[in-house]
Amino acid sequence: MNELAIKDLLYKLADDQLILGHRNSEWTGFGPILEEDIAFSSMAQDKIGHSLAFYTLLQELGEADPDTVAFTRNANQFHNSQLVELPNGEYDFSLIRHFLYDNAEIIRFEMLSQSSYEPIAKVATKLKGEVKYHVLHANTWIKNLGSSTEEAILRLQSSLNEAIPYALGMFEPSKYEQELIDAGVYAGEEAVKAEWLKRIEAVIEKTDLKLPDLATIEPKMGGRYGEHTEHLQPLLDEMAEVFKIDPTAEW
Amino acid sequence: MELTKENILTLLEEVKDPEIPVLSLVDLGVITGVDISDEDHVTVNMTPTFAGCPAMDYMKKDVERTLEKHGITNHTVIMSFDKPWDSNKLSEKGRRHLKEFGLAPPPKYDLILDLDILEHVKCPYCDSENTDLRTPFGPTLCRSMHYCNDCRQMFEQFKPL
Repeated sequence: MNELAIKDLLYKLADDQLILGHRNSEWTGFGPILEEDIAFSSMAQDKIGHSLAFYTLLQELGEADPDTVAFTRNANQFHNSQLVELPNGEYDFSLIRHFLYDNAEIIRFEMLSQSSYEPIAKVATKLKGEVKYHVLHANTWIKNLGSSTEEAILRLQSSLNEAIPYALGMFEPSKYEQELIDAGVYAGEEAVKAEWLKRIEAVIEKTDLKLPDLATIEPKMGGRYGEHTEHLQPLLDEMAEVFKIDPTAEW
Repeated sequence: MELTKENILTLLEEVKDPEIPVLSLVDLGVITGVDISDEDHVTVNMTPTFAGCPAMDYMKKDVERTLEKHGITNHTVIMSFDKPWDSNKLSEKGRRHLKEFGLAPPPKYDLILDLDILEHVKCPYCDSENTDLRTPFGPTLCRSMHYCNDCRQMFEQFKPL
């Protein structure tokens, strides 16, 4: 198997989780209710743990150690989708992003748990159980709030419309897409997207929300190869603030 | 002490989960293997409960400290996902200790997690199943929060995973 293809896959998995983990952590102390504060903080901790598992696999393939990789790259060296770097906005936007992202993430992990590339398969087998809780959380709130008050429905619908082009950007194909598919690493982005669509539709159908017509939407691609919004670099600067002052600091 | 797998596991009974001090790592199910080489080198394999659990590093160091306290200096402790943890790996003794500690033990299940198995967890205080899931996220990554409609208390569950 081409090692560059595996690294490409690992970087996008790890970076998505690191960046969304950081965004989730921004809810700590600010959640609309205590339980949601704890939920987003817990998911932050999970996601940063998941990114560490993938950065560790990268280190085994000869990349720098996880802290160096996480804290010393600039925005144009990150492989995360633009969806995860967008500011939290209000709770409705964070919830919609969480719903769109985690429903895709769990499919990736389910597929990767069957991967021909054993180190990824082992990690994915472990992590899919944890992400299940994230999906249950997102789906429960979308179902509850998506059919509750007029304001809740309007807010969620507007966030959904805003997030959808970025969500489609999660499925930007890899430079090594066909190679990864042929080698049985996983079924590829188109397959993830098709299954994702089925799952999010099944939830949205139970609410008063409407999924925009995806055929009319231009996906926000580029994140997988370093094209990012203006929001990523400030996030990285903040995340790496302590590390840049003292790389040996423990906190 | 003779260096055998059984003896090492007995020693490791001393090492407790720092967040649930009644539960040993052996009962938690995170010790996935003990090997003793012909040269008496002891290798302990461990796996995290949750990948982001901040206590895992502490537990690994605690295993090393415990081995050394018992004079076993020729050792390697490895943390990996080779044999991933799931909550069915909690021992019966561990489950009993959890309940005594006031934490509902996770149900044994077929590893297909759905809302049903989270919704009516048995209350560790009064054994009622008339309970509701309040949130799947609790004070630590491995706990969810529930409410008992009979004894009217909040309680936590060690989550099925």
